[in-house]
Amino acid sequence: MTMTSISRSQIYVLDQDEALDFYVGKLGLEVNTDQDLGFMRWLTVNVPGDPEHEILLEKPGPPALDPATAERVRELLTKGAMSGWLCLTTDDARKAYEDLVAKGVDITDEPTERPYGIDFGIRDPFGNRIRIGQMHPRA
Amino acid sequence: MSRAVEESNRAMLRARDAMDRAYAEPLDVPALARIAHVSPAHFIRTFRATFGETPHRYLQRRRVERAMYLLVQTDQPVTEICHLVGFGSLGTFSRTFHDIVGESPSAYRRRRTAGVAVPSCFTKAWMRPSPAVTGRNGNAAG
Repeated sequence: MTMTSISRSQIYVLDQDEALDFYVGKLGLEVNTDQDLGFMRWLTVNVPGDPEHEILLEKPGPPALDPATAERVRELLTKGAMSGWLCLTTDDARKAYEDLVAKGVDITDEPTERPYGIDFGIRDPFGNRIRIGQMHPRA
Repeated sequence: MSRAVEESNRAMLRARDAMDRAYAEPLDVPALARIAHVSPAHFIRTFRATFGETPHRYLQRRRVERAMYLLVQTDQPVTEICHLVGFGSLGTFSRTFHDIVGESPSAYRRRRTAGVAVPSCFTKAWMRPSPAVTGRNGNAAG
């Protein structure tokens, strides 16, 4: 048995329309699937040209979570304690940084040279951590 | 009700992110409170309720954590690291470092070796000295 790919990942968002504004409008990802399943809105995005790797932008709530738990998840998310975390790669970290600053995105970490490349940190509107890196090829 | 909590949390997180990002700069409570759009007194109270410690204490731990990182990852003199992470005097730096870590900066440097390179958001979160395990500072008001 061999696993061949990480195909779908998930993070929680407070509002899926606002998530689209951010992930598509500001970060430049593409909508992969946006479908009302009835019990929830299945909303996934991917980096341009790579539909094999999707991120599900899931809104915590009933019936998956009871209302009190959903509220707790939302509180943890907004205080940055929900562990939602994405690492994206780019071909030009400094330019990506300038673009995102111009778009008013919350920056947590300026672009820095590191052993593995140049990367910086941002937050999405809800409190999830995102790192954007221009990575060196792996040895 | 919950929406108000979410907005308050997010505002406090924004101010805490500013401390993570600009820890080496002379950050003061009024400036951080402005980022969170609240009064300084409200900011200190709400930050503590949200994250379990005062903004001042958080900033000290952030600076000490970055000092720990630089002590291990670089050969820069302790005095230089003290200023690089935002302390105004070597005395305050050494005292705060010892209070939080339990040993002096140079003793810490001798004991540790550099490890694998992981993203700094992880080292910032995980190497941040915990108030729960640092002796008398565990219940200091900061």
